[in-house]
Amino acid sequence: MIRHSKTQTCLIYGSALILALLLLLPVLWLFIMSISSTRDLTSLPLAWIPTEASFGNYRDLVSNLDSSAAQSFLYALRNSLIVALCATGLSLLASIPAAYSLSRLPGKRRRGLLFAAIVTFMMPPVAIVLPLYSLMATLGLLNSHFALIAIYCGILVPFTTWLLKSNFDAIPMDLDEAPIIDGANRLQVIWHITLPIAKPAVGAAALMAVLMAWDEFFYALLFTNDIRAKTLPVAIADFAAGRVADYGLISAAGIMATIPPVLLAYFLQKSLVSGLMSGSVKG
Amino acid sequence: MIRFSRTATAWLLLTPMMTIIIGVVGYPLIKTVYYSFTAAHLAAPGTTDSWIGLKNYIKALGNSQFLDSISNTSYFVCVSVSAEIILGVLVALLLNQKFHGRTLLRALLILPLALPTVVNAMMWRLIYAPDFGALNALLTQIGLIESYRSWLGDPDLALSMVAIADVWKNFPLVALITLAALQSISKDLIEAATLDGASAWQRFWNVVFPAILAPVSVALVLRTIEAFKVFDIVYVMTRGGPADSTKTVSFHVYQEAFAYMRIGSGASYALIVVLISSFLIATYMWLLKKQGNTA
Repeated sequence: MIRHSKTQTCLIYGSALILALLLLLPVLWLFIMSISSTRDLTSLPLAWIPTEASFGNYRDLVSNLDSSAAQSFLYALRNSLIVALCATGLSLLASIPAAYSLSRLPGKRRRGLLFAAIVTFMMPPVAIVLPLYSLMATLGLLNSHFALIAIYCGILVPFTTWLLKSNFDAIPMDLDEAPIIDGANRLQVIWHITLPIAKPAVGAAALMAVLMAWDEFFYALLFTNDIRAKTLPVAIADFAAGRVADYGLISAAGIMATIPPVLLAYFLQKSLVSGLMSGSVKG
Repeated sequence: MIRFSRTATAWLLLTPMMTIIIGVVGYPLIKTVYYSFTAAHLAAPGTTDSWIGLKNYIKALGNSQFLDSISNTSYFVCVSVSAEIILGVLVALLLNQKFHGRTLLRALLILPLALPTVVNAMMWRLIYAPDFGALNALLTQIGLIESYRSWLGDPDLALSMVAIADVWKNFPLVALITLAALQSISKDLIEAATLDGASAWQRFWNVVFPAILAPVSVALVLRTIEAFKVFDIVYVMTRGGPADSTKTVSFHVYQEAFAYMRIGSGASYALIVVLISSFLIATYMWLLKKQGNTA
């Protein structure tokens, strides 16, 4: 690396500091709001540092089951967990064999299929939401976990297939040959050979899938309408829309909805970055 | 045990994926095309068969609200995506330097990306709040504005404020993509250029820029496709208001179909949106293919 002059060093540290503040301050403020009293948050001039910090909002959200805010929050948390985990699991079940097939047994028409999958993934949801809504309404599946899980699979499968396929491509083909000659079938090869090697890639795909499902809002907003199926994003949008006119409580809910994805993302930082990348640099 | 041919095995392994995609995306998409030629109404069963030809499309293209939503969306896409690219590339160039705390800063970039979109929207809505928001407090306390403003209540300002919230969440993605490209440039190349007397600007223009051009253009198109679909952040921050100034195309379709329950005309709007998206997606595919050929 080229050595920096003094001015350059100052410039670098100055910009680094600005960047750090830019990234941290909004979230820090969200956290401060969550532990501040309503009096502090509505005082003029604004109290930047809470006069009395309290985690009461968090306690209210997770334990005060008589309050409607806590009820919607806890049920939404449960619904989000169920939907995100089931959709991710099912998507992997469908996309692992598909990615293997596209990587190891390619064919001209099947290559077209991969491109079709990428196109479906990028299509705006408004393209399919109306018939899906009518269909779910006819089947009586509105406001159910099942509806969301099914739809999320449709979003996630193209993405995870694409992601896994490009990773499987990097595993030498020779490894498959011996067991096939010995009479193993492809599913056995996937299970015993491909998956153990591709563990990090599968982990990255699962992580991305969970994050996407956890974040999804459009379908969840339209297909759910009460605590039985509403997910966290919908519950938080409800809070923000004024059903709970309490900044502190809304912020606490926001912070809690953020903790699982942020922990996941930091824990698996490398996978996340490679997952985000593969959406952009691999073909 | 039965042994399948190579082709049969390939298709069998693809079956679960294809079933899901056809069921959740393919079939509904065809149905949307069908709806768009009917006067289907959500609250009136049986109307899905009322064929009215191209009427929905003719109405859609003459609907000023829809055209306004297209121009709002275009503005949002241009402002947010160009800001994300500029900021992202600058941040990547910074993080490509050696300094203390670089790893930590890089890890911090994940924070906006991992923050759920709805939480991001809610967070900025609170920051922008007209009566007790942090932005008003900050700007008055340092003397930049004299009195509190309603950032999201001003039709001339609201969409830009929403775009800022979007930029904050998404510029780290551009930064990470660019950073990966920067780190793949061989250090020898840079050092050789320096030894040959190339200035910092010449090094950037002749060595760095060609190396990041492809990934940055991919990021640009990817972000454009995403930004064009924007819905959640608008829903939470402004619900399309004030005076429809933040109403985007997705929001327009949502309103037409689910607030006014006109599925037929909603479908025709949706397909116009799909058509525009298809151009963007085609560009993306073309870029990927081009990049795949050179890599």
